[in-house]
Amino acid sequence: MSIDLRGICCRFGSTAALSDIDLSVGDGEFVALLGPSGSGKTTLLRILAGLEFADTGGLQIDGRDAHRIAPRDRGIGFVFQHYALFRHMTVAGNIRFGLEIRPRRTRPNRREIDRRVAELLDMVQLPGMERRYPTQLSGGQQQRVALARALAVEPRILLLDEPFGALDTKVREELRGFLKDLHKRLGITSLFVTHDQDEALEIADRIVIMRDGRIEQAGPTAEVYAAPVSPFVFEFLGQSNRLAVDVMAGRATTRSGVAVAEGIALPDGSAVAFFRPHDLDLTQAPATDSVPTARVSDIAVVGARARITLIDQDGVLSAELPADQLNGMSIGSPVSWTARRVRVFRES
Amino acid sequence: MASDPIPRQAFTEQTIGHSRQPSIARWLLILLAVAFLGTFLVVPLVSIFVEALSNGVMSAFGAITNPDALAAIRLTVLVAAIAVPLNVVFGLAASWAIAKFRFRGRSLLVTLIDLPFAVSPVVSGLVYVLLFGLHGLLGPWLQVHHIKLIFAVPGIVLATLFVTLPFVARELIPVMETQGQEAEEAAILLGANGWQVFWRVTLPNIRWGLLYGVLLCNARAMGEFGAVSVVSGHIRGVTNTMPLHVEVLYNDYNFSAAFSVAALLALLALVSLVLKNIMEWRMGDALTQSLAKR
Repeated sequence: MSIDLRGICCRFGSTAALSDIDLSVGDGEFVALLGPSGSGKTTLLRILAGLEFADTGGLQIDGRDAHRIAPRDRGIGFVFQHYALFRHMTVAGNIRFGLEIRPRRTRPNRREIDRRVAELLDMVQLPGMERRYPTQLSGGQQQRVALARALAVEPRILLLDEPFGALDTKVREELRGFLKDLHKRLGITSLFVTHDQDEALEIADRIVIMRDGRIEQAGPTAEVYAAPVSPFVFEFLGQSNRLAVDVMAGRATTRSGVAVAEGIALPDGSAVAFFRPHDLDLTQAPATDSVPTARVSDIAVVGARARITLIDQDGVLSAELPADQLNGMSIGSPVSWTARRVRVFRES
Repeated sequence: MASDPIPRQAFTEQTIGHSRQPSIARWLLILLAVAFLGTFLVVPLVSIFVEALSNGVMSAFGAITNPDALAAIRLTVLVAAIAVPLNVVFGLAASWAIAKFRFRGRSLLVTLIDLPFAVSPVVSGLVYVLLFGLHGLLGPWLQVHHIKLIFAVPGIVLATLFVTLPFVARELIPVMETQGQEAEEAAILLGANGWQVFWRVTLPNIRWGLLYGVLLCNARAMGEFGAVSVVSGHIRGVTNTMPLHVEVLYNDYNFSAAFSVAALLALLALVSLVLKNIMEWRMGDALTQSLAKR
């Protein structure tokens, strides 16, 4: 089931929640809408579901104008951040709701419904929980029931609004893997909203980065990560180092004269260079070298990774490397560094 | 670590100190509260029943089964039976609109719903007399068409409706606001139509609040005196409700009969209070459950 958005604009009062959104989602794709809070990603999802209306712009679901289709007929499964389970119904009652309310002609019989409920509970790894009430379940379990409820009506599109936002880290990571696996098995076109870049990078085929109601960048996950189009995207996707540089004939040099990138397609002048901490290679400077490039000011070992803070004439840099490759580096050690995969942007 | 025990000890002593108020002051305060409650609540309530039974149970029973009294009881039940369902429908619609939507004039609507609380019941009764009475704005037109509202049952129903208007809506607005509308949205996206959403999701979620509102609304509808008194005309056996009948009997120096009917009203109040407490207990349960959910 494909989705096509053309020039969607949406205002709440005097603030523009979305402006001029163009987006196409192909059949079976898993797309993450990523952005800080207030960037309009939830509004976009709600417009797709028909819970919110765009002021202008076209929305097509599988080639049909979705504005003419009522939300209940769009074939959309929706998972809310706070689960939105029916508290007065059991787990089974929640899951069978979408089937039971169908008109008699299309409603499966009781036995068939029971069979589907059991099957869905197996799928979300909560077998035998039919008679429990939502309040008797943990947050992660409730969200899996919500997922089963959404899947019970066999939606053609699955929309998830910060599905893991209210859960703790361990459960989040568990559910991420579970969701990715589920998508692979069912192949339902899915969109999910998140402000957590790791979540988006881990499970989505494609990410759409939003900022202030606009799409900042959209593309296959690996491509967006490798080539962010703006400082905003670069910084949003993970830890980053930022250095002021001068561009001269396509060559970026820091203020202290270290060349960090070549072949830059920017006009001469000042610019900003970005690179990730794990793209920083450190070599301990020989003791005889009287002018080291940088000095280690802090080392923090987090599990298998070590985060090193360097102070350089150009500013403070952070580097990340496997903890077993520290090679006796300690606070105060002189080091020289080279950066890989540097992105240079014009100063904004 | 070394400095830790000292402040902790001080803290413990202080807390114990708080609960060791001088016992005389404590007992004095309790006595004062009990005396106040006794004088202003318990003694009057008990005296109603004592007075009602002063001439024996049969006399009290006779006063209640007197034709005029029975007519008053019938009328009171009829008025409540019309006013309460209408206010339930109105209260549901209004609180749903107010709690789930943002629209122009929303706060005005909230204020309007509160209006009957702010206006003296006598004034609300007078308004209807001024509107529909013989010399009122619409009086001549109503007379020409032989419609009698004032000093008749329709007027009593109207006045009761006005006075009891806030009860259901006031109870439901906060309940609906805390619940938000995600459950309803989920139901819609699962394919439910408007009625299915209302009957299967909205109503079960607010049922305790709604029952509570109905109870308060009913107690007020049956007990209303001021507004009804103005529009009723006090025609015995025809336009007297129970509270009005009590007044009529009292003014006739027929005290034991007056108190017998009053006792019936007081009984209604007591039953309402007991039911209300049961519901509060159930609602409290639902509240903790919804909090545990977060």
